Amino acid sequence: MKKLKNTGQKNKYKEPGLGIIPVVILGIFVLLWQALVDLLKIQPFILPSPIKVFKALYDERRLLLTHTLVTVGEALAGLGIAIVLGIIFGLLMGYYKPVRVALYPVFVITQTIPLIILAPLFAVWLGFGFLPKIIIVVLMCFFPISVTFTQDLIKPDEDMDNILKVMGAGKWKSFRLARIPQALSGLFSGLKIAVTYSITGAVISEWIGAKEGLGIYMTRAMTSFKTAVLFADVVIIIVLSLALYKLVEIIEKKVTKNLEYV
Amino acid sequence: MDNSIRIKELNMVYNGPDDDGTGLGVLQNVNLEVQGNEFVSILGPSGCGKSTLLKLIAGLEKDYDGDIYLGNDNPRYKRVPVCYMLQKDCLMPWRSLLSNVLLPIEIKNGDLKKARNEIQPLIAEFGLAGFENYKPRQLSGGMRQRAALLRTYLMDGEIMLLDEPFAALDEITRMQMQDWLTSVWEKHKKTVLFVTHDIDEAIYLSDKVVVMSERPGTVIGEIKIDFQRPRKREMILTSRFSDYKKNIIELLRA
Repeated sequence: MKKLKNTGQKNKYKEPGLGIIPVVILGIFVLLWQALVDLLKIQPFILPSPIKVFKALYDERRLLLTHTLVTVGEALAGLGIAIVLGIIFGLLMGYYKPVRVALYPVFVITQTIPLIILAPLFAVWLGFGFLPKIIIVVLMCFFPISVTFTQDLIKPDEDMDNILKVMGAGKWKSFRLARIPQALSGLFSGLKIAVTYSITGAVISEWIGAKEGLGIYMTRAMTSFKTAVLFADVVIIIVLSLALYKLVEIIEKKVTKNLEYV
Repeated sequence: MDNSIRIKELNMVYNGPDDDGTGLGVLQNVNLEVQGNEFVSILGPSGCGKSTLLKLIAGLEKDYDGDIYLGNDNPRYKRVPVCYMLQKDCLMPWRSLLSNVLLPIEIKNGDLKKARNEIQPLIAEFGLAGFENYKPRQLSGGMRQRAALLRTYLMDGEIMLLDEPFAALDEITRMQMQDWLTSVWEKHKKTVLFVTHDIDEAIYLSDKVVVMSERPGTVIGEIKIDFQRPRKREMILTSRFSDYKKNIIELLRA
């Protein structure tokens, strides 16, 4: 039979640049916000204008940077632990059904406990240092990673299982050759959720009580009615979360690409 | 090596979650013999248990009465290597065509480097030359199916169990695949058990067509196809071909 030359060109066309649209929407939103504050003459301690927020961001940059570093440190430490544990438990739950049956409900329960209760408890038990913050971040990030990974690892594919079995693959080989690669996209979507949780998680736990960090800085800004500083704080949190998200996307692309030519 | 298939008084009942305990008869008293290097098609209405029959032969299910012998081995008690393929190509989307095809060798911990060199002529014969590094999604349906067939061929077994391998293809591609399969088979000769619900396909490809009834499936007729080999596409226009077809349709209607 002749070669079919007209195949394989499907993914060559470029996706249209839709990325610009959210930027435009955001820009319009910021402009409206500025206009609204100017027109209605809203007091800055109630709602600061975007310009005031950016001014605060600039004026307070030194302090903001020190606090940001503390928060980022806690978030990354917690995230790192959560990733390692999430992958390990994801694999265990995906491979051994009894482990899954035993642990899954427990993990779900941990997610139903309000963080706002846990954070002060940890502060009481462990003080105001880094450790309670890291534990909170781990608690928040572990769940999406392990659960999405497990879900994709156990996604049934009877045909593939049968083919592999006939080829002589045992449980572990099937798992390694078919299940894990197939579940990587699930793992990465879990990671994307987790990284956006990590910064927020650290901030919330600082909020309850800390010496340094964006969370405690926020409460100070609030109690002294420096609303613009509060907003500047939020801007930093958004930028950090987006940056981590983007980083996961880049790693995902690299990994899937490397997977292609096994 | 003896690569015949013998099936004796095979019965299988599926105990579903919502039946009265008598179970759902899937296969009833199936007797079947396939000689070594014979190409036999199993033809029957959908749901007649023909796919289940292949699963039993492949050793994937063991909950049945009766006996299956592949040569002298019984797949109920011992893993007998067979080649097995489904309608779905089951190619791994993250692997290149070549590493998909080499999967059976990888699973047996075989020498991949050696195999890669050895299968070069086969790659060409299966119409896949030049596409070794392509991903399954970049290939046409026919090529994917040929890649799956080559992977199936590389599973070490002298018996090929093909479960409607061309059913998902369009008519024209299916025709090309049938022509190509007969020519490859006539050259390499393995025992083939080919499940289909396409009457023309069954007659054109096979030495023997086994017709099965609706559930519970049982063999209601065997028709020997006496066309010479190599098979030619023109055969399907002859009156003998029509006679075979008439015969089969009558069996299916009865």
